[in-house]
Amino acid sequence: MSGFFKSSIGRKVAMALSAFFLMFFLLQHLSINILSVLNPELFNEVSHFMGTNPLVQFVLQPILIFAVVFHFVMGFVLELRNRKANGVKYAKNNGAANSTWFSRNMIWSGLTILAFIGLHFVDFWFPEMNTKFIQGDWSGTMEGVEGFRYHEELVHKFANPVRVAAYTISFIFLGLHLAHGFTSAFQSMGGTAGRKKTLQTIGKAYSIIIPAGFIFIAIYHHFNH
Amino acid sequence: MDLTLKIWRQKDASSKGQMVDYKVTEISGSMSFLEMMDVLNEQLVNAGEEPVAFDHDCREGICGMCSMYINGEAHGPDRGVTTCQLHMRMFKDGDTITIEPFRAAAFPVIRDLVVNRSAFDRIQHAGGYISVNTSGNTQDANATLISKHAADTAMDAATCIGCGACVATCKNSSAMLFVGAKVSQYALLPQGQVEAADRVKNMVAQMDLEGFGNCTNTGACEVECPKGISLDNIARMNRELMKASI
Repeated sequence: MSGFFKSSIGRKVAMALSAFFLMFFLLQHLSINILSVLNPELFNEVSHFMGTNPLVQFVLQPILIFAVVFHFVMGFVLELRNRKANGVKYAKNNGAANSTWFSRNMIWSGLTILAFIGLHFVDFWFPEMNTKFIQGDWSGTMEGVEGFRYHEELVHKFANPVRVAAYTISFIFLGLHLAHGFTSAFQSMGGTAGRKKTLQTIGKAYSIIIPAGFIFIAIYHHFNH
Repeated sequence: MDLTLKIWRQKDASSKGQMVDYKVTEISGSMSFLEMMDVLNEQLVNAGEEPVAFDHDCREGICGMCSMYINGEAHGPDRGVTTCQLHMRMFKDGDTITIEPFRAAAFPVIRDLVVNRSAFDRIQHAGGYISVNTSGNTQDANATLISKHAADTAMDAATCIGCGACVATCKNSSAMLFVGAKVSQYALLPQGQVEAADRVKNMVAQMDLEGFGNCTNTGACEVECPKGISLDNIARMNRELMKASI
């Protein structure tokens, strides 16, 4: 079993498993965030639940962080190994003749997403951790805000057009990453044979809906508050 | 047609190579790419120069010997053909054609356009066979019932000629289409299932040992493969390895 994960295919499978977890996470993240547009009160309730529930905070959150770190580290390890496997560079290489740009540049879309996660942590996660774990305030309330603070904080962040632009660009790269990553993860797990068309359709829809949803939320809050 | 050729010239494995320009004239569109190379080499020999070394054998797309990375694609711009089946009518008068050897760390250049693909042979030796006693008492092939679908899919995988275009095309120099085809060919048939677990483990281990890269599912190999070997074979190999290991 340990030998399996040391093999090239085992590493692909590990990449795919972490990708499945992250794709599921994105889906639930968008489902909750879209509530900030549809029903701010419910968004506050759900955010407070997610932010204070011990199972989410102490089990799912560490797993998520591990999955993100693992996906990136493994991505780099595989990229380095693959570069080593290349010989002398071709004088002329027509990659566009046989594959998509985004499938050949997963490392660059991935690095953009990594940079985005840094920004996202500074914007939301670090302040949240500071409030809860350093200041010890688990109430979910804020001075001058009626009820929970989460919706107010979200809207406040997207008042800045530079942030909205940065988020939008990052989500476009996320879409490109998913456009290849979704079907690629299934292929790595050995799952596409016979179901290729269906998976490609679902993958295409997923890679458009998820980033478009996040972009919509950012722009909506920018213009409506 | 008159053409300019930019060809990789390299004296031997340890020398540093470079691109060299040549001109060829009066090339017919009905010639194969290798015949055009023959014309060039005749020209070079007559001028007292070293001809360009390139691999070839059957010249009918079966042996898998010819290679060449032509204008940025393995076996050139046509689909479903090897370099020997590529016709000069795919090019226009006045074109410049870039011709390079298949590139991968596991495929070192021996000379000019000839690369050492024996890594593929070692992968085959690691498990690309079935152990059958052939000293008499050989069972009639038709005695083992095999579904038409399984037979056809195994046959499709078996059409891999091991030319290495998949490795040359892959941005990661991965050999997974080749190994996937060889694993699938046997995994789909009852005769291959007896040794299936050991086969996939040993072949993948040898593939990794040879220094081929990791498949990132770009699908470039499937497009450039002269035999149209499908990516499904890689998925099947992944499943086979998971089944054998877990």
